[in-house]
Amino acid sequence: MIWDKEKESIQREELAQLQLERLQSTIHRVYRNVPFYRRIFDKNSIDPDSFSSLEDINKIPFTTKNDLRENYPYGLFAVPLREVVRIHTSSGTTGMPIVVGYTKNDLKIWTELVARVLTSSGITKDDVIQIAFNYGLFTGAFGFHYGAEKIGASVIPVSIENPKKQIKILQDYKTTALISTPSYALLIANTLIEMDINPNSLYLRFGLFGAEPWSERMRQEIEEKLKITALDNYGLSEIIGPGVAGECLEKKGLHIQEDHFFYEIIDPQTLEPVKEGETGELVITTLTKEAFPVLRFRTGDLTRFIPGECPCGRTFRRIDRIMGRTDDMIIIRGMKIFPSQIEAILYEIEGRQPNYQIVLERQAGVDQMTILLEMSEDIFSDVMREQTQLVNTIKDRIASEFGLSINVKLAERRSIEKVGEKIKRVIDKR
Amino acid sequence: MLTIKNLDVYYDKLYTLKKISLHIKKGEIITLIGSNGAGKTTLLNTISGLIKPASGNILFEGKEISNETPEKIVKLGISQVPEGRLIFKTLTVEENLLLGAYSQYSFGRKKHIMKDIDTVYSLFAKLKERRKQLAGTLSGGEQQMLAIGRALMSKPKLLLLDEPSMGLAPNIIKEVFQHIIELKKLYGLTVLLVEQNAKSALKIADRGYVLETGRVILEGSAEDLLLNRDVQRAYLGRDLDAEERI
Repeated sequence: MIWDKEKESIQREELAQLQLERLQSTIHRVYRNVPFYRRIFDKNSIDPDSFSSLEDINKIPFTTKNDLRENYPYGLFAVPLREVVRIHTSSGTTGMPIVVGYTKNDLKIWTELVARVLTSSGITKDDVIQIAFNYGLFTGAFGFHYGAEKIGASVIPVSIENPKKQIKILQDYKTTALISTPSYALLIANTLIEMDINPNSLYLRFGLFGAEPWSERMRQEIEEKLKITALDNYGLSEIIGPGVAGECLEKKGLHIQEDHFFYEIIDPQTLEPVKEGETGELVITTLTKEAFPVLRFRTGDLTRFIPGECPCGRTFRRIDRIMGRTDDMIIIRGMKIFPSQIEAILYEIEGRQPNYQIVLERQAGVDQMTILLEMSEDIFSDVMREQTQLVNTIKDRIASEFGLSINVKLAERRSIEKVGEKIKRVIDKR
Repeated sequence: MLTIKNLDVYYDKLYTLKKISLHIKKGEIITLIGSNGAGKTTLLNTISGLIKPASGNILFEGKEISNETPEKIVKLGISQVPEGRLIFKTLTVEENLLLGAYSQYSFGRKKHIMKDIDTVYSLFAKLKERRKQLAGTLSGGEQQMLAIGRALMSKPKLLLLDEPSMGLAPNIIKEVFQHIIELKKLYGLTVLLVEQNAKSALKIADRGYVLETGRVILEGSAEDLLLNRDVQRAYLGRDLDAEERI
């Protein structure tokens, strides 16, 4: 089923006209209302009246995460704060989080977009949806919540709970669709096995998983263990939250929402568009956002456009599942962390530049992070008790900073393998 | 049905329209809202061929019409109801309607034209009652209906309406707008409506475009535009701050 057939199956030619109209009006609004963009346009002598085709978007410099961060908290809002009816933040990256606002219309459109993604995953008003995302500043839970209510499904806002409680609700409330991160779904699946519960005794039919990269292999594992259809979706707070792209039941890529966003894929090194079908960094321009419009935002996520039409009837193009990050950002359990943030903590505790390596593994479906820390000789010769204390201090600091429990292993000096002069900071074994 | 792309128009030595892009689908009521001098009427006059654009495209049913004469454009199926109605006050109601069929007129067509007049009368019963009356003696609302009726006589596919509510009492405005909805519902007519009275226009429209100083600054469903606070403040005459204080 298609939620909004008129829009999602729009003729490509008609779509191009609509995108041009919306790009032109967005540029006028942004130029008038956001000083940051007005400065960029003026500095680069870009005439806001000079956009006559979608390709003209190339004239605009990219907006980076750093640009958003530097305008913390409200610097990039295109409307006065009193017109904003909701505020979310992106999961904290280095230092400041990015604060995004929504007007009434933004929320309405967001809800529609999520309703499209849910419907394309086979979810209908007859479903009972269990949302196992954290309800808070993070956009995931609220985005899905309102979208699911819009299509008329029954929503259970469980939020993050221990897996056994989730399973009890899955059983007792007859949940038919689970919304979470893929690693959390796998945790639930493995807990089911531990508890010796037959997945066929559940009512669960669908799972919509996102907020962290996952693989086709992981999809198979989740589908087999939970006996469901598992689908991928993509979104980011800087753009709107969930609803930016979602898989249909064909499972051959995520349909993007081209009437509300303009998507480009660029080479992150040269910043030039990649050839059709090649992998690069996803860049998004909002076409209808009122409170927090962005022009050519570099998502940092790697993907490609999937060529050809989808048999499902949607004419919106598809992107491939996110293949990773352009920078070394770590995404673990839906949270985004930079190695530099870890480094800062280690430096503070140790009082010197740490030699360390972050190892990411997936154990029993759960993402685990281990910090391998090289010790200076004087500490290493010290008593065991002090070493244990150091490990615990690091663990506690990271737990309080990111709400994440990790492993810390101390290593002898120069025991971490170097690539040339440098230690490879992140080893992702997932 | 109508697709406009990057329309630039100089008028009276002023740059009045800058890179206007908009589209109208068959059966839609689209409204253009904006303050005085935003370029709304200029845009209508450019579509109907009265003003030639400096550059850009106007495609009507896939055909480029930006260089066609106004007469040809009427024949193709676009009819404009001008601002201030511009009816012929010293002619009767029926004579005014007959003039509207000017582009349709040829030998042996009289029967068809009389049938079209009957259709207009069935839509506007008051015009039938006053068919022999001089148009100048009609009330403002009736004159507006006559102007619309006259435009319908050329059997348009797309009707361009310029400020139909101007100078009319609120209850009459309501009546005129009711007729516009009927035109869409009963005859599948496509309408481009220019209005200062943004609230009434957005209530009957499917989508709208907001013009400011010759540029489109907002496009959206009529419902979304009604919710947009800029639109509310600038064009719907709402004192939002006062409302918030209450």
